[in-house]
Amino acid sequence: MSSRIFGSRIRRREDPRLITGSAVYTGDIELPGMVHAAMLRCGHAHARITRIATEQAEAAPGVVAVYTGVDTDGVLQPMPCAWLLPDAELKIAPYPCIAKDVVRYTGDVVAVVVAESAHEAYDALDLIEVDYEPLPAVIDPEEAARAGAPELHAKDINGDDISGNQAFHWTVAGGGDVELAFAEAEADGVVIKERILQQRLIPNAMETRGAVAQYNRATGELTLWNTTQNPHILRFLCSVVTGVPEDKLRVIAPEVGGGFGSKIAAYPADFVTVFCAMRLGRPVKWIESRSENYQATTHGRDHVQDVELAATKDGRITGLRCTVYAGMGAYLSTAAPGIPTILHGLMLSGCYTIPALKEDVYGVYTNGVPVEAYRGAGRPEATFILERLVDMLANRLGMDPADVRIKNFIPKFDDGHEVVTTLNYDSGDYPGALSKLLEHTGYRALRERQRAGPSNGKYMGLGLTSYVEICGLGPSQVAGAIGFQGGLWESAIVRFHPTGKVHVFIGASPHGQGEETTFAQIVASEIGVDVADVKIFHGDTDSTPMGWGTYGSRTTAVGGAALALAVRKIRDKAKVVAAHLLEASVEDMDYEDGKFFVKGSPDRAKTIQDVALMANVAWTLPEGVEAGLEATTFYDPPNFVFPYGAHLAVVEVDARTGHVELTGYTALDDCGPQINPTIVEGQVHGGVVQGVGQALWEGAAYDESGQLVTGSMLDYALPRADQLPDLDVISTVTPSPHHPLGVKGVGEAGTIASTAAVYNAVMDALRPLGVTRVDMPLTPERVWRAIQEAQGS
Amino acid sequence: MKVPVRITVNGRRFEHEVEPRLLLAHYIRDLGGLTGTKVGCDTSQCGSCTVLIDGVSAKSCTTLAVQADGANVTTIEGLADGDALHPLQESFWDRHGLQCGFCTPGMILAAYELLRTNASPSDAEIRHGLEGNLCRCTGYQNIVRAVRDAAAQMAAADQ
Ligand code: FES
Ligand code: FES
Repeated sequence: MSSRIFGSRIRRREDPRLITGSAVYTGDIELPGMVHAAMLRCGHAHARITRIATEQAEAAPGVVAVYTGVDTDGVLQPMPCAWLLPDAELKIAPYPCIAKDVVRYTGDVVAVVVAESAHEAYDALDLIEVDYEPLPAVIDPEEAARAGAPELHAKDINGDDISGNQAFHWTVAGGGDVELAFAEAEADGVVIKERILQQRLIPNAMETRGAVAQYNRATGELTLWNTTQNPHILRFLCSVVTGVPEDKLRVIAPEVGGGFGSKIAAYPADFVTVFCAMRLGRPVKWIESRSENYQATTHGRDHVQDVELAATKDGRITGLRCTVYAGMGAYLSTAAPGIPTILHGLMLSGCYTIPALKEDVYGVYTNGVPVEAYRGAGRPEATFILERLVDMLANRLGMDPADVRIKNFIPKFDDGHEVVTTLNYDSGDYPGALSKLLEHTGYRALRERQRAGPSNGKYMGLGLTSYVEICGLGPSQVAGAIGFQGGLWESAIVRFHPTGKVHVFIGASPHGQGEETTFAQIVASEIGVDVADVKIFHGDTDSTPMGWGTYGSRTTAVGGAALALAVRKIRDKAKVVAAHLLEASVEDMDYEDGKFFVKGSPDRAKTIQDVALMANVAWTLPEGVEAGLEATTFYDPPNFVFPYGAHLAVVEVDARTGHVELTGYTALDDCGPQINPTIVEGQVHGGVVQGVGQALWEGAAYDESGQLVTGSMLDYALPRADQLPDLDVISTVTPSPHHPLGVKGVGEAGTIASTAAVYNAVMDALRPLGVTRVDMPLTPERVWRAIQEAQGS
Repeated sequence: MKVPVRITVNGRRFEHEVEPRLLLAHYIRDLGGLTGTKVGCDTSQCGSCTVLIDGVSAKSCTTLAVQADGANVTTIEGLADGDALHPLQESFWDRHGLQCGFCTPGMILAAYELLRTNASPSDAEIRHGLEGNLCRCTGYQNIVRAVRDAAAQMAAADQ
């Protein structure tokens, strides 16, 4: 197998087990003596607990135990927040695993039932009596920050006051004097203002969350199977909360059915499950129901943004000013503080030269489900601001949106470009990406067609997005500086067996992204073994080296780099061994496609398999060379990577019904060299559709009392097959200059781009009707109402 | 009060005493020991639990085990013919019609039903036929391609 395997569309090795039903997800695990846990969720947005009576539940058939906060208090430590955002007056509110006094969102756990069967556990939940004294609730983050709003927390974990529900106040400012830029634009330019509601979204991985915990009282060892994106981080947090030392704690992420950010956080229910297993000395399984998932598993987005753009009269951007209220929900989830700040505010320069910018972000406690990373995590919310404002600027100036972008793009660069937020982008050609997209889609001709006017009451709209994202998180030194309580490197162990077969143990933990395949492709292309001879192990903290998780489009970018470098170490050693076997000097050796040969005489060669055998039996090795053929690498990236691209959405809006149809969508993405283009395209498809979902259909809605109205798949509108067109996916290839393989990551690209593209397209369609803004999701009702209002006035 | 049920799953006969409220999905998973059938929701929306009952697809989370008494149930584990994958399984693999795989068993069985009732569907018909099955990973595009391919292969095999 040759280096051509890099870039080939081989079938995924994950699939045989998945298409035959033999894959094992957390919910499929059965252990001898296992019992089942069910969590009693409070169902109140905000209330004081005045009484809990568990006797009846305890006496119910099959029930093994019932525990409340009284039992877990002092045994389970409070839930940790692991992103301690600096310089932001961060106030972390206490977050108990089981609430004892006050509940602050409907998913707060107040008790757990353990029973012989899941049915019996769920039945017994109804028999627990809890008296609540309801308290006023607040869901909207901006409202929650206002004086007089119901307050969720009096004190933070350090005993300091929390006031105005403010969890943090973070600022980014850079470049010239932003106030001056706006003053000048007011006097002799244009200022565009917009209010953007980045609605709360429910991630909806098709597999809900769950945990199985097994505790061995004799050895003190705990095994936790969990639906997690980051088993090693969970091991660490589980150790902190449960007190089981890290060396006695094994976390296994078996097959994981999607995450999209919602399986990054550690959750109270996981540790309550562990608590039960330790108390009872029996394996305990807890699997979330879908309704429970809606109430308890983290949500995404939830920004209220007031944004302003300053520009010259000929369309050059001179400044950007934003104020954001970011809903955090009732408590700070594991990585929550970093999402609307570091991953959002630092990306506000986008693809553009922006001379001055400032953003204030207020993280606000509300009575909603805690908010975490959700596919794109902060970057879609930044891209949307820029892409919406740029379109509005174009409209104001009577320019084409494409031309305003072209006018403001950072020029092509291939080895670093520092933007106003101090990030140093690695490589990019934003004008090139857009012009290729425009050409490929026949954009100017589409504009012509649009000028012909509506047909049959249907208005056509075109929406562009140019985006750049930060991923491949990231240099650990930076992680430390921005308060992330961990490193962001990755590691890999590559081991050759005597027959030349390869085992790879890797810290990253893919859960649908196909890296068992792409990792094997990396190994095969770096050292010329057959891809089928490489087995990838991941997701078990006992057998794999430390890894910092699969999120932020970092697994191929960072984990893949660690792997490639480990294989290169093996290649270096193999060359020395081969030289010895061929009685040649190392300097005279060459390597190609799995063969080490003497320069100029390709027949004097040893294959990597020959070398693997000799290295393993060690009958004859050069002096000073250890037996075995194995290498470990820790790769700490020198910088982030910055994939980018340009997308075009085409819609048709029926002015009579408000119905929006996405009639065409073209995505051009540049994630560097593609290891497996089929997998890359799959990531783009899924990502785009999730972003389309936000623009058109999805949104978590709460009522006045803080009840989640969209509490099931009946009420929360997930994208369906029949609502979507065939997506056209194309690419350009710009390697990252600092990455061993040049690759950048692609998991979130589609989502980051598509929401703004679709939104812009709908607004473009509605322009002739006088509509300039509608809150997402752009449901027929909202669009229809906006048209009525605009026409009526 | 338990009632006896006899259900043949993938050719194997099971006899159990079950509670009348037991859902077929849980019967298959917990009593049949076949965990390929997934449960993704509790409101009958996602289609992850789709199986074939006497050759016709059904959401096993809305079917009681007692309703399937005497029936032949096929789950994803029973779709391949020995080691030979069903054309739909092959085409989902070929076309990258799955990512995390959680929706896949139900999706493949829903596609089986679609092709049973319409041997050469258009893309629009495929999309329409699968609207009761949710996938959060793939954006459906490669699923549509996979079903299209499988239809062509099955038609060719029939000739
Ligand atoms: S489990 Fe969702 S439809 Fe059956
Ligand atoms: S492949 Fe993950 S939900 Fe469909």
